[in-house]
Amino acid sequence: MAGIYDKLSNLDRRIIFILIALAVIIPITTDLVIPNIVGQEPSRDLFEFVDSLPEGSIVIVSFDYDPSTMPELQPMAEAIVRHLFRDGHRIIGMALWPQGASLGQDAMSAFADSLGRAQYVDWVNMGYKTGGAVTIARLGTSMRAVFPTDRDNVPWDDIPMLRGVNNLEDIDLVISLSAGDPGIIHWVMMAKDRYGTPVGGGCTAVSAPQLYTYLQTDQMVGLLGGLKGAADYETLVGLLEGEATKGMSPQSVAHIVIMLFIVIGNVTYFMQKKKGGAR
Amino acid sequence: MERIWLLIPVLLMSTAGPAASDTVGPPGTGVPATFEAPDESGPPEVSRAVDLQACDVSNDAGGAVDLTWLMETGGVIPDSLAVIRTSPSGEEERIAILAPGSIMYRDTTASNGVEYEYRIVSLIRGEEAASSGTAAAAASAQWIHSGRIGMMVILIILAGAILYFIDTGKKGKQLYIREIAGLAAVDDAVGRATEMGKPVLYIPGIMDMDDIQTIASMVILGRVARKTAEYGSPLLVPTCRSVVMSVSQEVVKEGYLQAGRPDAYNKEHIQYLTDDQFGYAAGVDGIMVREKPAAIFLLGTFYAESLILAETGRSVGAIQISGTAMPSQIPFFVAACDYTLIGEELFAASAYLSREPKLLGSLKGQDAAKLFFIVLIVLGVVAATIGQFWPPLNGIAEFLRDIVTVN
Amino acid sequence: MRLMIPLAITFIAGMIMILNFFIPHQPFAFLGDNLQEWYMIVASGAIFLGAANLMHVHIRKIRLRLKNWEYSPVTIIGFLVMVVTGLVYGVTENRPFDYLFMNMVAPMGATMFSLLAFFVASAAFRAFRASNWRATLLLTSAFLVMLGQVPIGAMIWDKIPLAKVWLMSIPNTAGQRAVMIGAAMGVVSTSLRMIFGIERSYLGGAD
Repeated sequence: MAGIYDKLSNLDRRIIFILIALAVIIPITTDLVIPNIVGQEPSRDLFEFVDSLPEGSIVIVSFDYDPSTMPELQPMAEAIVRHLFRDGHRIIGMALWPQGASLGQDAMSAFADSLGRAQYVDWVNMGYKTGGAVTIARLGTSMRAVFPTDRDNVPWDDIPMLRGVNNLEDIDLVISLSAGDPGIIHWVMMAKDRYGTPVGGGCTAVSAPQLYTYLQTDQMVGLLGGLKGAADYETLVGLLEGEATKGMSPQSVAHIVIMLFIVIGNVTYFMQKKKGGAR
Repeated sequence: MERIWLLIPVLLMSTAGPAASDTVGPPGTGVPATFEAPDESGPPEVSRAVDLQACDVSNDAGGAVDLTWLMETGGVIPDSLAVIRTSPSGEEERIAILAPGSIMYRDTTASNGVEYEYRIVSLIRGEEAASSGTAAAAASAQWIHSGRIGMMVILIILAGAILYFIDTGKKGKQLYIREIAGLAAVDDAVGRATEMGKPVLYIPGIMDMDDIQTIASMVILGRVARKTAEYGSPLLVPTCRSVVMSVSQEVVKEGYLQAGRPDAYNKEHIQYLTDDQFGYAAGVDGIMVREKPAAIFLLGTFYAESLILAETGRSVGAIQISGTAMPSQIPFFVAACDYTLIGEELFAASAYLSREPKLLGSLKGQDAAKLFFIVLIVLGVVAATIGQFWPPLNGIAEFLRDIVTVN
Repeated sequence: MRLMIPLAITFIAGMIMILNFFIPHQPFAFLGDNLQEWYMIVASGAIFLGAANLMHVHIRKIRLRLKNWEYSPVTIIGFLVMVVTGLVYGVTENRPFDYLFMNMVAPMGATMFSLLAFFVASAAFRAFRASNWRATLLLTSAFLVMLGQVPIGAMIWDKIPLAKVWLMSIPNTAGQRAVMIGAAMGVVSTSLRMIFGIERSYLGGAD
């Protein structure tokens, strides 16, 4: 019996990996559906803030991530873009990460046509700009100086929807979808704290705990944390077949498996401790 | 460039007159999608701007005036609005054309100290159809940002405390610094690698040199480089940013020079991998698996890759010393590494390792300032809590909140 | 002299940025804006440094047949293919660069990120032990957050997501803030040390 506990406490991590893989693969292949329930969470706060914006508000969506975090952040981008377009808001897309500009383009162009939103009138992709926090600080004084042209080299002054937009004070909301640095924290520090522009956003689940501090102080209007946050937003905008919502089943099963491992770890720990004590 | 042609119809549409029946304002202009037809008893009036106000933009470098107004309801919606500025010499200038529902504009071309008169003109087919009253304002620059005075006071207190204790340190007073296990273990980790005949791997985070954590990491890298040079262990430094690579090369080279082993310095060991976060994680994992380092340092800014790196390092049996000020990543490091520098301990490394009085003094000053802010926070919390029952104390809480709020 | 010039540049640039934050008046606003633009230009230019180093290191590895040189051609080919397709065909949608990006770079990056799930499981298995009351508290919190983060938590008991939000908003935030405030003090202190030339070790380890 003691041998079993020893084996379990020194469990080969490859076994854990295989079981986690199965916990993800089986729900996906069997189309297991676990309906998503949205409580009073920061994801709802973001949704409600966007919902309360007057029609035609100008919103910066900053795609501050790259393909590696796409599974968590792209569903957020799509749900948010869809919500903004549906409510008649105008989107200025941009990226503080080089590969974010392409991902933003995909998210915006995917819904623009079906929702009747025209490029340069209702949305524009300004592309990637290096510099992180410095770039955001500069946006606070002159957006035209940072983005003299959009991603396709159309000059700022030739873009109808940017008429009357000078700096961050002309922006009704900034939504940063962020996988790290630069990202939401820099938008909060610069756009919110220095220029008073409301900031909301989405991030990977591992980064979410750090951002709760900004929610409590109202430095952020809402937050989508990880796949659950994305699924919440999809549910709230009515995208019931969204990628993130589908991802809730494998994630639920994987969490249960991890918890089982923790229980096994503790049982073996106590058994070994007991054995040690008896000796 | 060819997309410019796409704009032509849009621009044409935006300058065309309103449709005969249900005029729809552009999104964001606040114009209702439908409007009531004007009274048929007379010619329809064009909506004009009313209640126009002009004021200098506060806390700026000057040259800017804010204009705000409301639009009359019930009239014909103009095609667009023009902002007209009249200088003291009487020269009239059209400084902007705005969408018809606009209710604010910032003139950023004003000269400081010159009082301009502004009015908003409603345009129909480019012709003036109605005009608002006038409002006057002069732009001016401010010497102090009124919303940041509290922050300035805080900075002065912090800087004052640091400079005072630096001075104390320079005068030779012994300053106590507590044991930081992660830093104390640096020499042991390098020694272990030497005994095992394996390399030391140093990962300076994934951010650039403008990140203060990367700079703090460079300080420790200098120390590690000196030790590896003394012990004769290879030191590998894969970097995620080109500038970090250049600085790391300089720091390591200097460390080898100071240890008297410039010949042992190998520039190729400090190499740039990629800017891509997980590409870098993959590259470093590859190095760990192939080179099997005996000691791994993970010091700097880390994000989601932290656990991927630390767990792979653990799997190759290396002793791991980590440190970051990223609160979300600290738990991962604590779970997977032997030693972890938590938050500010990373920044204390320079003083701890060098024991230089000036640096120790700055650390002491930082602690003194921290104590001051802890007292301030406790006072604020107590005032805000008691203020719930006894309102006068709310004033203190509000005052403290104002001090620490940055505008 | 080798130290004086960088120290002087650090001091002047640092002071300009501090003054720019507190004094909106000219010339600080102008100087601050310009320094920010310079930084963006320098940061963009530095990309070439990295590319040159990458090529240099791997070509040398192949030439001298150094340890693990077999991986270097893969790196060089991957690098060149992306650069050439980007330069020749552009980086817009439906071009070869975009194709490679979406079908190779994206899935490879996502694969690396997904490793996190496996490592979290093995680290949790090892680290979460109810060895004392504090560790037990941590373990209980972890369970509640893990359950609250997925819909199954609400299905088990509808208060679990609320417990998760409370844990994240109150105890978690308190801890995070303590670390952040401490780290922020460290950042300000380190920055001041650098601006005033007290901290010099980042300048190549020289004292």
